Amino acid sequence: MAELDTPFRRFVADFREDKVAVGAAVLFVAIFAAAMACSYISPQNPYDLRQLDIMDGKLPPGKASMDGLVFWLGSDGQGRDMVSAILYGLRTSFLVAVTSGLIAAAVGTSVGLAAAYYGGLVDTLLMRTVDIKLSFPAILIALVLLAVFGQGTGKIVIALVVIQWAYYARTVRASALVERRKEYVEAAQCLALPQRRILFRHILPNCLPPLIVVGTIQIANSIALEATLSFLGVGLPITEPSLGLLIANGFEYILSGVYWISFFPGVALLVTIVSINLVGDRLRDVLNPRLQK
Amino acid sequence: MATPIVELKDVSKRFVKSLDMAGKLAAKLGANVREETVHAVDRVSLSVAEGEVVGLVGESGCGKSTLGRIVAGILPQTQGEVLYRGQPLSALSGQARVKAALAVQMIFQDPYASLNPRMRVADIIGEAPLYHGLTDKAGEVAYLDETMRRVGLDPAYKKRYPHQFSGGQRQRIGIARALAVKPEFVVCDESVAALDVSIQAQILNLFMELRAALNLTYLFISHDLGVVRHLSDRVVIMYLGRVVEEGNTDDLFANPNHPYTVALLGEIPRLDTRKRVFVPVKGEIPSPLNPPGGCHFHPRCPHAMARCSVEAPVLREIAPGRRAACHLNDAS
Amino acid sequence: MTLEMTGEATLRVENLQTHFDTKAGTVRAVDGVSFEVRQGQILGLVGESGSGKSVTGFSIMGLVDPPGRIAGGRVLFQGRDIAKMGEEELRQLRGNRIAMIFQDPMMTLNPVLKVETQMIEAVQAHGNVDRRTAWTRARDALGQVGIPSPEERLNSYPHQFSGGMRQRVAIAIALLNKPDLIVADEPTTALDVTIQGQILYEVQKLARETRTALIWITHDLSVVASLADEICVMYAGRIVERGSVDQVLDAPAHPYTAGLIGSVPSRNVKGTKLVQIPGVMPSMLNLPSGCAFRLRCSHADATCEASAPPASGGARQVRCFHPLTEVA
Ligand SMILES: Nc1ncnc2c1ncn2[C@@H]1O[C@H](COP(=O)(O)OP(=O)(O)OP(=O)(O)O)[C@@H](O)[C@H]1O
Ligand SMILES: Nc1ncnc2c1ncn2[C@@H]1O[C@H](COP(=O)(O)OP(=O)(O)O)[C@@H](O)[C@H]1O
Ligand code: SF4
Ligand code: SF4
Ligand SMILES: [Mg+2]
Ligand SMILES: [Mg+2]
Repeated sequence: MAELDTPFRRFVADFREDKVAVGAAVLFVAIFAAAMACSYISPQNPYDLRQLDIMDGKLPPGKASMDGLVFWLGSDGQGRDMVSAILYGLRTSFLVAVTSGLIAAAVGTSVGLAAAYYGGLVDTLLMRTVDIKLSFPAILIALVLLAVFGQGTGKIVIALVVIQWAYYARTVRASALVERRKEYVEAAQCLALPQRRILFRHILPNCLPPLIVVGTIQIANSIALEATLSFLGVGLPITEPSLGLLIANGFEYILSGVYWISFFPGVALLVTIVSINLVGDRLRDVLNPRLQK
Repeated sequence: MATPIVELKDVSKRFVKSLDMAGKLAAKLGANVREETVHAVDRVSLSVAEGEVVGLVGESGCGKSTLGRIVAGILPQTQGEVLYRGQPLSALSGQARVKAALAVQMIFQDPYASLNPRMRVADIIGEAPLYHGLTDKAGEVAYLDETMRRVGLDPAYKKRYPHQFSGGQRQRIGIARALAVKPEFVVCDESVAALDVSIQAQILNLFMELRAALNLTYLFISHDLGVVRHLSDRVVIMYLGRVVEEGNTDDLFANPNHPYTVALLGEIPRLDTRKRVFVPVKGEIPSPLNPPGGCHFHPRCPHAMARCSVEAPVLREIAPGRRAACHLNDAS
Repeated sequence: MTLEMTGEATLRVENLQTHFDTKAGTVRAVDGVSFEVRQGQILGLVGESGSGKSVTGFSIMGLVDPPGRIAGGRVLFQGRDIAKMGEEELRQLRGNRIAMIFQDPMMTLNPVLKVETQMIEAVQAHGNVDRRTAWTRARDALGQVGIPSPEERLNSYPHQFSGGMRQRVAIAIALLNKPDLIVADEPTTALDVTIQGQILYEVQKLARETRTALIWITHDLSVVASLADEICVMYAGRIVERGSVDQVLDAPAHPYTAGLIGSVPSRNVKGTKLVQIPGVMPSMLNLPSGCAFRLRCSHADATCEASAPPASGGARQVRCFHPLTEVA
């Protein structure tokens, strides 16, 4: 029915044309849901040391523990079920990535809108900061910050926010500058609506598509970055292993044939990141106004 | 004479394309980059009386839209004064300023870009009157329905988004949005140019109906002389930012004075002239970045004299109600 | 001017059907179009946006890309069917015997190459000529379309020209190999009246001097009135009326043509309500049964609903059950 043909519905219809992207989206949603529900669905709570038995350590995939629990993906050195460890690790990764993404998006959007709106000196100052920020490698910034602040979930969220906000700021500014010149904004000015309302109610919603694309890609990036940092041992605390830490933990055994401790978390990380990126690419195609019909 | 509803006094608008940091550096190093200034509108004076339709004509880039936007309060002028009912807009503040702003509305050229793609028709039309208290939550629906009916839109469509409408319908939405704040003066900037021929007539008829019903005053910007002639009481011709001729429509079409007006009228293809031999105006439209000195039209003017390239002619009265800016008028 | 001019038609289009297979269904963008153009003749193809003018032009050029396809009919250029030609044969024809001018001249021009390079390549692609001769021909073509000091201008890039000048360069490129047919798709729509006047002047001169057959696609009746010999009016993929300029404009037979002419402001008393055609052109996917114009036509009756009106007459044609004037 035509009445229901909202921009969102059109977007969904366009998105569905690419079967690979739909597959990736379904996969991602499944991974995400499983990770969020990990405390209900995983066979074991890998953080609860009382449930672990060192005697069950390094069992290969398919083997059962002493109390009969089957380790479908094997167990790690401390006797953790890898399935459970991966799901809990994914949850941690997602929480960190999404929290930092949301904060970074909020900060970046405000900065970008302010730059586009005020122009002149404000714009120059803010955007030069963004340029400087973007000229440093992300990993370097993270390492320096974590070295200063120390470890911890909160600290790594802060580090990821510091790394990411500039991407959002730059994207929002670019699209706000384009939108600001469109005739519908002039019409709103002509209707004597206050500038703040024009900025947030008229311009911002039209800047969302590129923001969503950047957000998707940034989530994948920060999952990867967090994994890297944890792998290097400066990320999340060892008591709540994220994927990166799991991979690092298994690394020492990999040459002795105990591949699964590193391998399966690695596959989980790869599949997650690839599915997010596939979704992101499709979003970019669908939401790009120049490709839009 | 009664106070004009809108009056421009010596209004100019300059756009300066300033150099970015790289440009400044390059300029310091002797590269040939400069700040570029466009005189989009150059000392234009114009007054529009209540109930009048003034047509504004000129070629691309001559400053019609810029002038329209200044009148509509979207762009600030660089110089000069815009008066609303005799009061300079710059002297108004608070409620009086909002009132003056709402009194002058604009209808745009592009039926696509001029509507916010993420808003429903109900919000596009209804936002401003609700915000400014022209209606309240209780009366909003009735107000919206009435406004939509007035421009020939079915109120059943109000939940739809702009992309679900045809070009002509979108233009009606734009008109409804302007009418919703009860304007007295409407600037129409090429408002039918993007529409199909058969739809143009529908929208032009709507403009004429609304004018009669709501006692509107129009500044009607168009490059289509046929349309302007049909609608306007008075016509203003612009060339490269300046007004070159102005007068009563019938007069001006019957007796164009300025050589540019003569050329422009000669170029209009007509239905009733078959297989005619075109006698084109020579030359291109000069770049507004670097307009010719003196009379801007002199490189293309068949009557150009030595004086024309050094001295800009002033716009002055050549007959009652007729003004033109050409040195030829001094000879007599 | 009589329509029974002697000589073989340069282009004869017979019952052309060009369809696009889209998700939502088959769009019959061109649905049974027939016309012809002879040497030195200018044919105006008029219609609203979406009526199928451009697709007709592209079909003649053999430029219909998937999902579009020529679903039926013949496009006979000097007796040979373009719809049946291979890609190589078409390429030899295009830019050589047939040329196209687009609304946007940048469709023809390459922004990163000098005009000179592009024009010389265009000449050499279709003939074994040396660079010197090719250059001379390029220069002459620029002069022919009224570009001042063509030698210098040859050395410029497209972005160094104004819009009107760029369109002239595009026209000059179309002329390079002295084609027998030029298809011009709204070439002056984006230009100002004074510049449009200049281009119409050059085009008129050309048709007169080189005897090239010309198809001028536009939505502006007034332009064809001043330029063309014959007019075809298109509506929803069909030619609804066809005849000489005088016949069609002075005595329109189809209600749509009459409506279009009537709505031109200069045909109305100043300040009065313009004659208007009600409604909008229906979507090509959702045409009404019978006559496609039925829902906007004040003469429609049960006959018009039952079946689509066939084309009547010969050179002067109309597709209407109740034509406003009798056509022979
Ligand atoms: N925001 C801007 N920044 C710089 N230059 C501008 C800006 N807006 C307009 N101009 C320039 O000012 C001049 C007048 O522009 P304007 O849009 O008023 O022309 P116009 O008469 O409406 O033309 P058209 O018929 O093409 O709409 C042009 O040279 C244009 O390039
Ligand atoms: N690539 C395409 N895919 C689907 N439909 C098309 C395509 N190109 C043109 N059409 C349709 O064909 C019809 C005629 O288009 P066109 O010839 O471009 O019209 P115009 O008369 O404005 O030149 C329109 O309904 C248009 O939507
Ligand atoms: S002032 Fe001179 S150049 Fe200008 S229009 Fe008059 S005669 Fe022509
Ligand atoms: S066939 Fe009927 S509906 Fe179609 S144009 Fe003629 S009178 Fe109108
Ligand atoms: Mg304009
Ligand atoms: Mg077209």
